[in-house]
Amino acid sequence: MDPVKVIEIKKSVFADNDQDADALRKELKGKGVYLLNLMSSPGSGKTTTLIRTLNLLKDKLRVAVMEADIDSDVDAIKIKEATGVPSIQLHTGGMCHLDAEMTRQGLDHVDMDGVDLVILENVGNLVCPAEFDTGACRNAMILSVPEGHDKPLKYPLMFSVCDLVLVNKTDVMPYFDFDLEKCREYVRLRNPKATVLPICAKTGEGVEAFAQWLLEEVRNWKKQ
Amino acid sequence: MHELGIVFYIIRDVKKVAEENHVGHVSGVVMNIGEVSTIVPEYLTDCWRWAADKEPLLKGCQLKVCTIPAVTRCEDCGEEYGTVRHGKTCPRCGSKNTYLLRGREVEIKEIEVADE
Repeated sequence: MDPVKVIEIKKSVFADNDQDADALRKELKGKGVYLLNLMSSPGSGKTTTLIRTLNLLKDKLRVAVMEADIDSDVDAIKIKEATGVPSIQLHTGGMCHLDAEMTRQGLDHVDMDGVDLVILENVGNLVCPAEFDTGACRNAMILSVPEGHDKPLKYPLMFSVCDLVLVNKTDVMPYFDFDLEKCREYVRLRNPKATVLPICAKTGEGVEAFAQWLLEEVRNWKKQ
Repeated sequence: MHELGIVFYIIRDVKKVAEENHVGHVSGVVMNIGEVSTIVPEYLTDCWRWAADKEPLLKGCQLKVCTIPAVTRCEDCGEEYGTVRHGKTCPRCGSKNTYLLRGREVEIKEIEVADE
């Protein structure tokens, strides 16, 4: 048998991505562009929530949207048709998440001239996207009522990396055993600093508060 | 699915190290994987086999997993306990004011190459 030589590495697999993400954030800061990474399970209402929110924001901010999916461009088309906001579709080629490099490549295709806010709709998945820093200024996630209030306990990492949790589909609350107070308590356990906002993308209830949150975030990002 | 993405990251990093060290073939990669890293070691090694064999540098290269036990510390009483068994709640004083000390590692520990 050949003698074996060991080369010690001791380096996190995420280290390069974290570095790329920090570099991207710094670049965005210099340009005065705020990037929000929006995550959730499939079917939680990300696209519908975005349509509502973009219609409230588009006269106040210049917004662009990047839709990330494993396949198809239905989301990007839907956003463009319903809001007029420029929207591009990224394909992850089978990958379950976006990383900082993929986000940067996506941003290269966005017309950034005068843009204040870019919203990245990440792949629908509560596990993998939480592992990879995209370079966004903030992470937000949508938890929809039918998924249940116990999700912060089951997917701790997702809730610990999110600054904002939108509880969507509040209109169907009477038909599900969803306990909003328990949900808030579980989110707090994972991340005491996270803001929880109940919304209903279908009726528009509460979406104003999300739009307001974004306006303030963008304002602060440009100011600092 | 998640594990395959991780495997691509490992391959990228190992290729870089191999190049820096002028290594033509890597026979083993040793990973430190934390117990609560959300990585399933069996999936990781399966994905590894599929992806690594496509690379001449890594053909037949073994991926070995060292598991790092997850430990949580209680901020109220100072107890350090096994995360997998007790979760967020301190088994000594019942406090939920706890934080993870280790167990989330996804780290390349070392690589093994033939000593020429």
